Amino acid sequence: MQRLVTVALTLLTLVLGPIARGDSVVNVYSARKEALIKPLLDKFSAQTGTETRLVTAKAGPLLERLRREGRNSPADLFITVDAGRLHQAKAAGLLQPVESAALEAAVPVGYRDPQGVWFGLSLRARPIMYATDRVNPDQLSSYLDLADPKWRGRICIRSSSNIYNQSLVASMIAAHGQDATLEWMKGLVENFARNPAGGDRDQIRAAAAGECDIAIANTYYLARMRNAEPGSADHEAAKAVAVFWPNQDGRGAHVNVSGAGVTNAAPNRDNAIRLLEFLVTDEAQAWYARVNNEYPVKQDVPWSSAVQEMGRFKADGLTLAVLGSNNAQAVKLMDQAGWR
Amino acid sequence: MILRRALALHAQPRALGMLLIAAILSLPVVVVLSFVFHPAGDVWRHLSATVLPLYVRNSALLMVGVAAGTLALGVTTAWLTTMCTFPGRKLFEWALLLPLAIPAYIIAYTYTGMLDFAGPAQTFLRHLFGWSRGDYWFPEIRSLGGAMVMLSLVLYPYVYLLARSAFLEQSPYAIDVSRTLGCGTWSSFFRVSLPAARPAIIAGLSLALMETLADFGTVQYFGVPTFTTGIFRTWFGLGDSGAAAQLAVVLLAFIFFVFAAERWSRKRASFHHVGNRSRPLGTYVLSPGRAWVAFSACALTLAVGFVVPVIQLSIWAVQTAGEMMEAGFFELLTHTLALAAATAVISVLLALYLAYGRRAHATLPVRFAVRLAGMGYAVPGIVIAVGVMLPLAWLDDVLDAWTRSQFGFSTGLILSGTLVALMLAYQVRFLAVSLQTVESGLAKITPVIDEAGRSLGCRVSELVRRVHVPMLRGSLLTASLLVFVDVMKELPATLVLRPFDFNTLAVRAYELATDERLEDASTAALSIVAAGLVPVILLSLSIARSRYRETLEVPYAPLPQAVGQQT
Repeated sequence: MQRLVTVALTLLTLVLGPIARGDSVVNVYSARKEALIKPLLDKFSAQTGTETRLVTAKAGPLLERLRREGRNSPADLFITVDAGRLHQAKAAGLLQPVESAALEAAVPVGYRDPQGVWFGLSLRARPIMYATDRVNPDQLSSYLDLADPKWRGRICIRSSSNIYNQSLVASMIAAHGQDATLEWMKGLVENFARNPAGGDRDQIRAAAAGECDIAIANTYYLARMRNAEPGSADHEAAKAVAVFWPNQDGRGAHVNVSGAGVTNAAPNRDNAIRLLEFLVTDEAQAWYARVNNEYPVKQDVPWSSAVQEMGRFKADGLTLAVLGSNNAQAVKLMDQAGWR
Repeated sequence: MILRRALALHAQPRALGMLLIAAILSLPVVVVLSFVFHPAGDVWRHLSATVLPLYVRNSALLMVGVAAGTLALGVTTAWLTTMCTFPGRKLFEWALLLPLAIPAYIIAYTYTGMLDFAGPAQTFLRHLFGWSRGDYWFPEIRSLGGAMVMLSLVLYPYVYLLARSAFLEQSPYAIDVSRTLGCGTWSSFFRVSLPAARPAIIAGLSLALMETLADFGTVQYFGVPTFTTGIFRTWFGLGDSGAAAQLAVVLLAFIFFVFAAERWSRKRASFHHVGNRSRPLGTYVLSPGRAWVAFSACALTLAVGFVVPVIQLSIWAVQTAGEMMEAGFFELLTHTLALAAATAVISVLLALYLAYGRRAHATLPVRFAVRLAGMGYAVPGIVIAVGVMLPLAWLDDVLDAWTRSQFGFSTGLILSGTLVALMLAYQVRFLAVSLQTVESGLAKITPVIDEAGRSLGCRVSELVRRVHVPMLRGSLLTASLLVFVDVMKELPATLVLRPFDFNTLAVRAYELATDERLEDASTAALSIVAAGLVPVILLSLSIARSRYRETLEVPYAPLPQAVGQQT
């Protein structure tokens, strides 16, 4: 009887189980979309002979899956596009610390977890973008200034459900405290040209078309529009808009990372670390820069030309884990300020 | 005593089986609802002080708007294509179902690309008239009103489909009788046809509304905060599963209220047709002017709901298809089709089991169980996904611990993280669709028919084969095709529950669309539409066929007793 059960269960495991254990496998849970991670995983597989398996989904539900699967989780590496989520994963005890000289050398201290629980893989910046025919950049200065009445009805930004906005507000809380941030947001909401909707590109398009004069968006969206086919609507829109780097006299422009950490239950821990190390090699970093127009975390890797044109800037030196610890507070304040 | 009671349960094995199925299918929702008892901290107070009124208002208005939109489009076109003769009717009969194949968020993205401020339509107007912002009024597509329109455009086929089959089943005599009693065309429609078709129309409407409440992609993109986006935000932004579950409870209360209201308004009216039609349903031959109006109504609905978005998607797809149809695309297609087909078959079998069970013993617990099993349709996919993960992961863990201690090896995850989880989530989410359809089909087979068959000496098996199967065939087909199309479009649960390297067309389309690469998403989106076309066309053909065949096969019987008696 026991033998029968053993055989049955083994078969069941073989048939149904995501064959998670093996010498040369690494399983990835990624909030980074397939198109922006699969090519790198394929490269890694080709170079090392290690097979990679991928599930992509939104970060929140994916973390929930990781949490529910517990010690049996087949996942080895968790990849996401926001430091706040990485911090949440760490706080929930879903990731484990990693010691790797290669990772520590490649990723600057500010862009990784102090205990080595997660590492930034690419940087994104969220500056102010303005319509060059309607805004004099001398009038722009800082994020705080966007609450000034002179911008009444002139600002486009997407909804507060978006994690990039939540992280921006989390950084404001760190810099100015809750009360000042709430006041700032109330002013900002007053200045909205329309109810927040759409994605980052939509804000840039709206600024170019004259629905608003200022858009807040991540730089790679603008870069992609500039790289669009000459003559296309997006290409034309991108030409009508320029980047202003805010807070250059102060703490610097808001930046965030995409990053990854090895999961607590990782059945293939060594492969996961190897994959992490691969993701900070010059080759992989250059791929991020070239294909998605993000900033490499590694210092000496060149930026894409579209991003170079936007200029060098001073980045906020805030410890990125703070974006995570302030996240829930940020969402509440956004609710209170009426930022939809 | 206890033993005897347990044995008594065996006397009704089917009731027990039904309760078991209902328990399994409602478990995910119940699990999530049980989070209500988690300490919700001050988040609930925060929500009710800030965004909750907005969620209630938007969700309620969205339901009202979509109800109005789907009823207006669905009932009108169903009536016209069933009861009137005008040019193009044959085409519209099946083509009006096509918008069903388009996922709501895809039509939303597509129309936004065309109609928002920076889009070609408004840009053209500005250039033409030298306007700038503020000089003119143009409806804002990304708004509550926009969401109502988008959802109505893709959901009206539910109402159309069920209303049309109801109209087709109506006896022409009822209408004749109403005419002889002095009703004009309009009043015969409002006083006879419409009330008689009401259960079917309500069934279609309820599907549309449940789907509306569960919609995430459209309202999220349009920046319209509803319960669904609120649950997502509370759970994953505020990190409070307790408060999120409380929101879900309010959402379910919403649905319960709506259906209770409908049931109350219907009171005890019952709608049995004696399904005899010794001659084809009479149709009104429209005068040229009226025919033109009828044609325009159908053509406009079809154009806005299907043709325009598909043309736009095709224009994009032509630019990008080469790149997007790479090697993995075929696998993507087969995964999607296999998953949808398997889910549809299982769903229809479950629906049959439950519907027959309910017909046989309509006791309170059984009726309750059937309701419970169909509850998942209105619950956002992501809530169901988490609800599925929890019990399966627990079961996996227990199994794993047991084999580890007993046999010294680990089974790992054999339920969660596999197709089992995904299939369960689909059943939870979509059983309502097949159940509604099968139940409404079964309602046609009145107990009188069974009794007549038995009294004529039919054995039960014969009764099923010669009466039930032919009479249910249409409903079964409808049910399986609706589920098939729904699964192909399903997103949030598929996204997070799927096994490694298992992609579907919806996942591919959504990832590219949310990455603001609409042009690249168009190939996958069009493939969903194309794959959805096959079942939709099959469905339309079968409806069209049934109209003529049944009219010939059903023998003559005296005048129908009543159509939709209100008591």
